[in-house]
Amino acid sequence: MEVGVMKMVNMLSHEAQGKKEKLDLKETELRLGLPGTDGEIMGKNLIMNYNGKRGYQETVDLKLNLSGMDQTDHHKEKNLQKEKTPAKAQVVGWPPVRSFRKNVMAVQKNGSEETTDKAGMGGATFVKVSMDGAPYLRKVDLKMYTSYQELFDALGKMFSSFTIGMIDFMNESKLMDLLNGSEYVPTYEDKDGDWMLVGDVPWKMFVESCKRLRIMKGTEAIGLAPRAMEKCKNRS
Amino acid sequence: MSEDEELPDLGGGSTRSSNSTAVSGGGGDHNYVSPSPDQVLENVLENVLCFLTSRRDRNAASLVCKSWYRAEALTRSELFIGNCYSVSPRRVTNRFRLVKAIAIKGKPRFSDFSLLPPDWGAHFGPWLSAMSRSYRALEKLYLKRMSVTDDDLSFAAQSFPILKELVMVCCEGFGTGGLAIVASGCREIRVLELMDSDVGDDEADWISCFPDNVTCLESFVFDCVEAPINFEALERLVARSPSLKKLRLNCYISIGQLYRLMIRAPQLTHLGTGSFSPLEIVAQGEQELNYFSAFAACKSLICLSGFREIIPDYLSAIYPVCGNLTSLNLSYANINAEQLKPVICLCHKLQTFWVLDSVSDEGLQAVSAACKDLRELRVFPVQALEDAEGPVSEVGLLAISEGCRKLQSILYFCQRMTNAAVVAMSKNCLDLVVFRLCIMGRHRPDHITGEPMDEGFGAIVKNCKKLTRLAVSGLLTDRAFSYIGQYGKLLRTLSVAFAGNTDLGLKYLLEGCPKLQKLEIRDSPFGDSALFAGLHHYYNMRFLWMSSCKVTRQGCEEIARQLPGLVVEVITRDREENETSEYVDTLYMYRSLDGPRADAPRLMVRPSLMICGKHCTSTECRFSIARSLDFTLSVWVPCISR
Repeated sequence: MEVGVMKMVNMLSHEAQGKKEKLDLKETELRLGLPGTDGEIMGKNLIMNYNGKRGYQETVDLKLNLSGMDQTDHHKEKNLQKEKTPAKAQVVGWPPVRSFRKNVMAVQKNGSEETTDKAGMGGATFVKVSMDGAPYLRKVDLKMYTSYQELFDALGKMFSSFTIGMIDFMNESKLMDLLNGSEYVPTYEDKDGDWMLVGDVPWKMFVESCKRLRIMKGTEAIGLAPRAMEKCKNRS
Repeated sequence: MSEDEELPDLGGGSTRSSNSTAVSGGGGDHNYVSPSPDQVLENVLENVLCFLTSRRDRNAASLVCKSWYRAEALTRSELFIGNCYSVSPRRVTNRFRLVKAIAIKGKPRFSDFSLLPPDWGAHFGPWLSAMSRSYRALEKLYLKRMSVTDDDLSFAAQSFPILKELVMVCCEGFGTGGLAIVASGCREIRVLELMDSDVGDDEADWISCFPDNVTCLESFVFDCVEAPINFEALERLVARSPSLKKLRLNCYISIGQLYRLMIRAPQLTHLGTGSFSPLEIVAQGEQELNYFSAFAACKSLICLSGFREIIPDYLSAIYPVCGNLTSLNLSYANINAEQLKPVICLCHKLQTFWVLDSVSDEGLQAVSAACKDLRELRVFPVQALEDAEGPVSEVGLLAISEGCRKLQSILYFCQRMTNAAVVAMSKNCLDLVVFRLCIMGRHRPDHITGEPMDEGFGAIVKNCKKLTRLAVSGLLTDRAFSYIGQYGKLLRTLSVAFAGNTDLGLKYLLEGCPKLQKLEIRDSPFGDSALFAGLHHYYNMRFLWMSSCKVTRQGCEEIARQLPGLVVEVITRDREENETSEYVDTLYMYRSLDGPRADAPRLMVRPSLMICGKHCTSTECRFSIARSLDFTLSVWVPCISR
């Protein structure tokens, strides 16, 4: 079945993260569908999002709000069956609050959770995101996300017309396929000024060390491959 | 400051009559030897028509006869285009020759809530092309929900050398690069206001692009620009703008920087305070600035907003100006009742108040006690979720209704409500013109009685005889709509979501509300039969929006057949093979003099980003598209082929 905006080759797994969440393809698949048309996807709130505006997307924001809920609610949403009138899942564009306002509130919420001192903005980690061929830069606050998947979701919506390949560091040949293909691959510049493939290190470490993001064509990222290859070999 | 302004302030008062320039101009040749009676009539008319500023009056005058039509067309200098697709730019520039001010609105309001695909349309480009040829003396440009590119801004700066006012509300498609061109190119600019717009960060230092000499800036609003700016340049700009009265800063301005700006511009009347927090750690040894005195020095301040990342401790700095404030926007300030009270009790002149529900019912009670002159209240949710904690309820609404009898406009988000409170408001606030209640839980009844919210909204339409705008929510049956149809005789704008039982609901509205202009409905069980009930009225409306209702393709086609003057746009998302739907996803229809638009995504001449499934290889598109959004936008061409 064809997928929507994002195509995920395989889910990332990191030993360092401890938790193994190996979701199968169908669950991570993104499609455009009405709320309630596919119960498994509903919980992800990736439904009928027409917002191609620059800036944070509605569903990203909804995700953040979800993180305030406890785990049982989250799983309950994921398991809801087909319903014409979904009771609990968030619906696109409801309540009718503009994205700008939702984004501001989300940023504030994250900021306040992070800081105890007077510097209100200290909690955010904004990095610039550029994409090869795109006429403008974007900025993302890495602290808004808790995993690579969330970051990729957000990036995918910001630059909604490309697909980002997820890098499978466990599988050397898959990695090479990705880098040889025409898909886009996210890379970042770390504190030392080195350019690395995103996904290389555990999420938290990435947030600490990432200075800027660049989404480049797979073929161009091939130069970064040696380092990644090393890691592949070390892992397997 | 308005999140959903109906009419832009184009004229700024009739005394500023830009119509007066029409007197010397005019379209006819002045034959001084022997003017014909017709000519005399036209001269007289032109002189008289100058005094007609209301567009409705002018519309009426233009219908009297051909002579009046011509005279009116030549003397109208302020244009209002409520729907950019209702008429072609060329038709407009052919008819009105002397336009100095124009307002153009594009996308329907529900696009604010992600209910329209990106690239749907409302491009400023075509309007700009026409205007750049015909309206070179344009002074004021107001755009709402339009798609504007950097190139557009550049072309506009070149085309309108004496442009004085540029206001963009809820627009997108441009970035700080475009703003840089405006800043440097529009030398006469007095008003530059960007509100709720999505402005891309091109990393352009646009503030530095304003000319170096003394500027004539009177209003500079950029609070929605989510990009850092060059503060030193801003400080210098403010220092060389002696006429500056309105300044709204974005969240990248710290409170320390705000202080420096306020010192430079004590003449300000409207101030958007930016982040209202330090942003950096205050260096040791550095004294905390005396913000209180900075505010005290601004003796003309009547409107405050901003507070984007407020540290509540700093709020006391605004005490000196509270007594003069007529407008206060705390709707980004997450403060509680205790933090609000000391401020609000000083604001006895307040007429407009926007706030977050974090202040809870208790905070609203304080507002009710202090702000006897309140005309407009908006209460926004901190958490825009259906099942969140709701700090405000019917208690707050009731308190407001009892204390603020002059209330004209209310927007109230809550999680629970009762009919009793809404009824009380309908009886206490008889001046209500706008009543928008958003009970965030879908289909939620009166939380005390368990009844639908029919009686509450019924009372509003019945008792508030001046009501022109209504937004309903909560559990509503067809009865609520029967009330609206029965009593809502002045209603122009109506928003409906997750309401009603059967087609009767919509029928009541279409048959009962003769002044209905803008009807937006989502997720309600109204179908074709109800749609047909409005055939007699659709030409009088600006638009009808129905999404996730029970309207079929055939129904839409039938409407288009019967009403050739309507453009009927339908959006149906592509579904998987096994999924079918008999209903269209979105119906958006509007009257138009010039038929279906040529720039609907599917009908674009050049390959569009939105053509489903196709790979876009146009050199104009810089992206390589593997998969685009799946939907089909169909535009019906009734009988007449294009």
